[in-house]
Amino acid sequence: MVPTHYHLILSALLFTIGTMGVLLRRNTIIIFMSVELMLNAVNLSFVALAQHWGSMDGQLIVFFVMAVAAAEAAVGLAIILMVFRTKETVNADELNLMHG
Amino acid sequence: MEHASTAIQATIQAVSYLRWIVFFPLIGVLFNIFVAPKLGRRAINLVAPGVILAAFAFAWTAFEQLGELPPGSALVDNIYPWITAGQLHVDFSLRVDALTAVMILIITGVGALIHIYSTGYMAHDEDVARYFTYLNLFTASMLLLVLGENLLLLFVGWEGVGLCSYLLIGFWYTDDEKASAGKKAFIVNRVGDAGFLLGMFLLFWTLVANGVWTLSFSEIQRAIAEHPGIISGGIATAICLLLFIGATGKSAQVPLYVWLPDAMAGPTPVSALIHAATMVTAGIYMIARLHFLYDLSPSALAIVAYVAASTAILAASIALVQTDIKKVLAYSTVSQLGYMFLGVGVGAYGAGIFYLMTHAFFKALLFLGAGSVIHGMSDEQDIRKMGGLWKKMPWTFATFLVAWLAICGIPPLSGYHSKDLILEEAYLNQHLQLLYWVGVIGAGMTAFYMSRLFFVTFLGHNRADHDVAHHIHESPWSMVFPLVVLAVLSFGGGNLPLVHWLEPIFHHGHAGEVPQMIAWLPTVAGAVGIALAYFMYGATTKAVEGMNTEPVGIHNLLWNKWYVDEIYDATVVRFTAWLADWFWKGVDTQVIDGTVNGTARLMEYWGSATRILQTGNVQNYALSFLVGVTVILFLGVYLW
Repeated sequence: MVPTHYHLILSALLFTIGTMGVLLRRNTIIIFMSVELMLNAVNLSFVALAQHWGSMDGQLIVFFVMAVAAAEAAVGLAIILMVFRTKETVNADELNLMHG
Repeated sequence: MEHASTAIQATIQAVSYLRWIVFFPLIGVLFNIFVAPKLGRRAINLVAPGVILAAFAFAWTAFEQLGELPPGSALVDNIYPWITAGQLHVDFSLRVDALTAVMILIITGVGALIHIYSTGYMAHDEDVARYFTYLNLFTASMLLLVLGENLLLLFVGWEGVGLCSYLLIGFWYTDDEKASAGKKAFIVNRVGDAGFLLGMFLLFWTLVANGVWTLSFSEIQRAIAEHPGIISGGIATAICLLLFIGATGKSAQVPLYVWLPDAMAGPTPVSALIHAATMVTAGIYMIARLHFLYDLSPSALAIVAYVAASTAILAASIALVQTDIKKVLAYSTVSQLGYMFLGVGVGAYGAGIFYLMTHAFFKALLFLGAGSVIHGMSDEQDIRKMGGLWKKMPWTFATFLVAWLAICGIPPLSGYHSKDLILEEAYLNQHLQLLYWVGVIGAGMTAFYMSRLFFVTFLGHNRADHDVAHHIHESPWSMVFPLVVLAVLSFGGGNLPLVHWLEPIFHHGHAGEVPQMIAWLPTVAGAVGIALAYFMYGATTKAVEGMNTEPVGIHNLLWNKWYVDEIYDATVVRFTAWLADWFWKGVDTQVIDGTVNGTARLMEYWGSATRILQTGNVQNYALSFLVGVTVILFLGVYLW
C-alpha cells in the first residue's frame, strides 16, 4: 500500500504546477487548464486523506468538486469564447479592462 | 389681610376671543405678503390699519369684561398645549389681567393711530406692502409679548419685536447707513437677549430644583407665595439682574441704549410706534409682570433704579445739544424710559406703568408731529433749517404744543401727573431718596431740550432754503387725525385712575404723602427749564444762529454723545472683530481647514502610491492572492 504522504506530496506538486501555470502562462486557455489541475490536485488530497482516515466525507466532497468543476468549465470556456470574439485575443496581458 | 380677601373673590374666567387680538394683526401680515401686492395701495391702506382696529375692538371687549369682574381677576384663553416634556407643561395660553389690559389697549390703540398715520406718511413710498407687513407683524409680536401667560411666550414676542425693529430700521435698506443702524439695533438687542435667556434658565433651574415645573407667571407667583424660601435672596438677585440685562437692551438703558438713537434711521411712524410707544416699553412691562420676583431682591431693584436714573441724566444731557429733530426725541425717549425704570426700581410699579402709558401718548404724538414736520419740509430733519412753522402747519403746531407741555410736566397735562408720581415714590423710598434729586434735575433738563426743540422748530422765522420753504404744507387728514386724538390723550391721559386700577396686581398703592415743596419741585424745575430755553432760543435768534458754530468744550463732548459709540467701538467692537478675525484666520483657516484639507491630501498621496497596484492584469491579482493566502497559512500554522 502506498503511504498517504506520497499522495499528499504528489498532490502538492500538482497544485504548485497548477498555480505556476495560472500565474505565469499568458494564454487564457492554458490558465484555465491550470485551474483544473489545481482543483484535481486538491481532489487527490481529499481521496488520499479519506482513505487515510477511513472516512467517506472526503470522497463525497470530491464528487461535489468534480460537478462544480464541470459546470465551471462550461461557463469558463463560454466566457473565453466571447472574449476572443470581441477582443480577438486570449492573451491575459492584453485583457486589462479592469485597469479602469 | 386685605389682599387675601380680594384674592378669594378674584376669578379666572376662560374665554376664547383673546387669540383674535393676536390673530388679526397676523391676518394682516399674510394679507400684505400674499394678497396686497396684487390689489394695490387702496386695499393696503384699508386692511393694514383695519386689522389693528379689529384687535383694538377685542382688546376693548376684554377690558370691559375684566372691569365687571372683581379686582385681581383675569381672563384666560388657553389655545393649546404647546410643550409637554416630562413634568413640564407649557401652554400656548393668553391671559389678560389689569396690567395686560392696559398694555393691549396702548399697543392696539396707539398702534392703530400710527397705522392710520402711516397710510399718509408712506403715500409716496413704493414698498408700502412690505412696510405694513412689518408693522402688522410687529404689532402681533408685541401683543403676544404682553398677552403670553408664560415666560416662553413672552420671549417669543420679545424676539419678534426685536426682529421687526431690525427690519423696520433698515426699511430703506439701499442706504448703507440705515442698514447698519438696523444691524446695530439687532446686535445690541441680542446682547441683552443673552442675559434674558440666562435669567430665564436660572429661574427655571431654581424652580425645578424645588420641584416646581413651570414657566407660567401665575404658577411661579403662587409657588413663591406658598413657599417663600423657594428662591433665596442671592439667586433672586442674580435672576433679576440677568433679566434686567435683557430689559436694558430692549428698553434702551445704560449700557445698551446706543441702538435707539440710531434706530431713527427708520420711517418716522416706526420711530413713534416701536421706539417710543411700544417695543421699548417691553422691558418695563417684563419687570412689572415679574414684580413678585423683583420684590424678593431689594438690591436688584436698587440697581435697576440707579441704572435708570443715570440713563435719564446721561440721555438728557446729550439731548441738550442735538440738532436733528428725531435725535433729540430719541434721546428724550431713552431719558424718559429711565424715569419708568426709576418708577419700577423704587417699587412703584403702578407709577412706572402709568408713565409708560402717558409717555406712549405724548411721545407717539411728538414723533408723529416730527414726522409731519419732516414730511412738510421735504425730508429735512435739521432743526436749524426750520423755524416759524406754526403759521404753515397749524394743526401740527397745536398738537405738538400739547405734547411739549405734557413731557415738560406742566399741570394739568398727563406728564405732570405721571412723572411727579414716580419722583414722589422715589422720594418716599428712604434708601433711594438721592434719585429723587437726580430725577428733578433730569426733569429740568427735559423741559429745556424739549422747549429748545419747540422754539427753534415752530417759532422765529423760517430758515429753510427757498425751494423747501415754498413747499411747506400741512399734512393730509390721515396724518392730522391721529395727531389730534393723541393730543387729547396726552392732555387728559393723566387723569385716568391707572394706579388704582393696577393696585390688585402690585399690591402697592400710594406710599404716602410728601411735603408740598417736594411735590412741586419737579414742576418748578420744568418751568425753569422752559424759561431758560425761552430766553436762549425763543426770545432771541442769536442762540439759534450760534448753533451753526463749531462746538467746543463740554458742548463738544455732548455733541459727540460723550463719545460712547467711539468708546464701544474702540473696546467691545474692535475686540470682537479682532477675536472673530483670529478665529477666522487662525482657527478656521489653519486648524479646521488644515485638518480637512490635510486628510484629503493624505488620501490623495496614499491613493497615488497604491494606484500602481491596479494593473488590470488578473494574474497580478492572483499572485497577490497567493502571497496573502501563503502568509495567512504560515501565520496560522507557526504562530497559532
